[in-house]
Amino acid sequence: MHLMTPLPANVAVSFRRLSKRFPGVAALRDVSLDVLAGELHAVVGENGAGKTTLMRCLCGAITDYEGEMLVGGRTVRFRGTTDAQRAGISVIHQELNLVDEISVAANIFLGREKLGRLGLLDDRAMEQAAGRLLRQLQCEVAPRQRVGQLRVGDRQLVEIAKALSLDAGILIMDEPTSALTEAEAVRLFQVIRRLRGQGVTILYISHKMDEVFQLADRISVLRDGQLLRTVPRAETTPREITHLMVGRQIEEAGARQPRTPGDLLLEVRGLSLPRPGHARKWRLRNVSFSLRRGEILGLAGLMGAGRSELLECLFGCSRQAPSGTIVLEGRPALFRRPADAMCAGIVLVTEDRKRLGIFANLDIAGNITLCTLDRASRLGWLDLRRERALARQAADELGVKTPDLAAPITSLSGGNQQKVILGRWLLTRPKLLLLDDPTRGVDVGAKADLYRLLDRLCREGLGMIVTSSELPELLALCDRILVLCEGHATGELGRGEATESRIMELATDRPHADQVA
Amino acid sequence: MAEGLKRSAILLGFLGVVAALSVSSPAFLTPTNLLNIVRQSSIHGIMAVGMTLVILTSGIDLSVGSALALTGVLAASLEHRGWPVPLVVAAALLIGSLLGLANGLVITKGRVPPFVVTLGTMSIFRGAAHLFTGAQPISGFSPAFRSLGAGTVLRIPVPIILFVLSVVAAAALLRRTRWGRYLYAVGGNLQAARLSGIPVERCTTTAYVLCGLTAAAGAVVLTARLGAAESIAGTGYELDVIASVVIGGTSLAGGRGGVWGTLLGALLIGTINNGMNLLQIPAYFQLVVKGAIIIAAVLLDRLRIAADS
Repeated sequence: MHLMTPLPANVAVSFRRLSKRFPGVAALRDVSLDVLAGELHAVVGENGAGKTTLMRCLCGAITDYEGEMLVGGRTVRFRGTTDAQRAGISVIHQELNLVDEISVAANIFLGREKLGRLGLLDDRAMEQAAGRLLRQLQCEVAPRQRVGQLRVGDRQLVEIAKALSLDAGILIMDEPTSALTEAEAVRLFQVIRRLRGQGVTILYISHKMDEVFQLADRISVLRDGQLLRTVPRAETTPREITHLMVGRQIEEAGARQPRTPGDLLLEVRGLSLPRPGHARKWRLRNVSFSLRRGEILGLAGLMGAGRSELLECLFGCSRQAPSGTIVLEGRPALFRRPADAMCAGIVLVTEDRKRLGIFANLDIAGNITLCTLDRASRLGWLDLRRERALARQAADELGVKTPDLAAPITSLSGGNQQKVILGRWLLTRPKLLLLDDPTRGVDVGAKADLYRLLDRLCREGLGMIVTSSELPELLALCDRILVLCEGHATGELGRGEATESRIMELATDRPHADQVA
Repeated sequence: MAEGLKRSAILLGFLGVVAALSVSSPAFLTPTNLLNIVRQSSIHGIMAVGMTLVILTSGIDLSVGSALALTGVLAASLEHRGWPVPLVVAAALLIGSLLGLANGLVITKGRVPPFVVTLGTMSIFRGAAHLFTGAQPISGFSPAFRSLGAGTVLRIPVPIILFVLSVVAAAALLRRTRWGRYLYAVGGNLQAARLSGIPVERCTTTAYVLCGLTAAAGAVVLTARLGAAESIAGTGYELDVIASVVIGGTSLAGGRGGVWGTLLGALLIGTINNGMNLLQIPAYFQLVVKGAIIIAAVLLDRLRIAADS
């Protein structure tokens, strides 16, 4: 077998018959793969295919795998991430691993702080170095800013800067663009190309075909924990790779029957959200729009345009109190507590699943039924059998792939976790579903699944407002798209007129009012 | 699965301690002494049931020992004035609940960390108890009241019955009510719980109210058993109570654990206390041992979490 042959000199990482089991699932089965020094090797696959598990073995986060790993020709057995870092392996995590309470610079140099005289922290040196790294990424975040104040996209850039600061020879990127806008992604690609020019070996995990085909030298496809094939990019097509990943032909997301929206559901007039103590005084300024039943409205805009903030205002969870009027089915609906919004039929699927969506300490069923326990109760007591049935019904309806609803939610892939959260909300029988970047970290097959699901729910009369970091997704999904720029609504595009370039024009159409304090 | 493992680890530790004590002290493994252990465990055990609820929300209540003293002396004075026993008990439980409510409201409405609030009320409640009694013990109760601590039903001591009842009641609340589920959600992911429309503040406050209530129940049992209420009663009890919960496998980070573990934890603490007395280990040294046990229990929990992930 080729496994036993000696390594060619230019192999940076070699996985040999790697296997890893989690309770109930074989996450990796006998994966053997050579990554050449200096190549950009894309690892693709659906959610739960084992991509992240493979990388977690390499970066020392998983230590109890079977099989063998060679780095630079030598067998390694990392006892932790520090070992891996010392071996020159650095990783940009898909789920963000930053400390909210400390500054951007402190996060970047966490564990490797620069010390000055007397062994005290040299904050200035760290801030300067952090500033240089962030400038490389053309990121406007200040090194002294607290990470907790940053949005997901900015956090991702900080995470990338952190990995770059290690000067690693082997860089693992786990879906690095999932929270980035297109413009930010383009900047990242420039950095990636520059790094590869410097001889850095990059393992790039993604399910975005356009990225993979722009960047990769070779592509490996995983499915159900097994390596299906490794092919040079030049010898394959996105279609073929997608087909391999999913194991079936997927339909184009855009091809769907037109929908006919119903009566007026939501009316928003002059919505403003202040931002105290900031040069740009408003997160949202005078935004107006309406939504009908059975209609999907997309929110487009760059980082900081106010997409998430708008959804937060509607759900009553914005940090400051918004002003303006929100009317749902003829009733005022400007809420300040999510519980009230929920009672009125408004629900929000948040952007940050790990932090704001799932309950890691509850099982899958518990995560589904949490908001509708009253429907499984009799005289104030929970009927556990009825609860299980409720969860089962929701899980089946949304196609959550799990044999066991009593399994921990963390055993599910990102896409399935997202379905669980959707299921939780749909059980409340909402009228208005708010989705903040619902397919972040969700792979191709599961995405198509979600699109179909959302389309179906919409046809049943649910109104939806969706944001996305991917414009093609909005174009495929939405009936209308509202474009925001720096908190102002700069335009609304119907299905016929919306194109990527038109949206980008409006998204960069800086409004003139109250730019400065 | 993980919960089961955790519980069997406690059970194993428990059996280890029992085995060691049986060998080193002939007086240990006698029916009288074993019953004694359970009875001695019931006071901090009852209080640990309420503490479990609080710790599940990722909170802490340091004021339970002082709450015990304050409700104890107030109940004792009511009993002295000739109030009927059921009314005395009801009043004590009400007072305890109100003390818990005060903790809960400052924590949730005022957004002050539980550690700080209950550190403060620990001092306030104790001071109030001293002020009320002038540091003089109150004694001389009716036989009916005394039977709450010293009596038996079907030859089972009343404190043990109350302990078991409180565990069963709390277990049912945790597993079979919405509030119980919400408690795990709040402790597991506070932000997500709020965004799920869960009445986070009310759930948390309720946990503190019930913790106050169990402290009051502990006060009634202790006062009745000793036949006297003192404003210094329950000093240092928070140590045994929190140790019972933590050894019982409830995570201080919140969201994981339950009262069945606490039942075992309380018995283990009771056994260790009893064993150390039998072995004539000085009281001051006992404090050192118990402190070390709490730290070791949390340390073990951390190691287990590290091994899991």
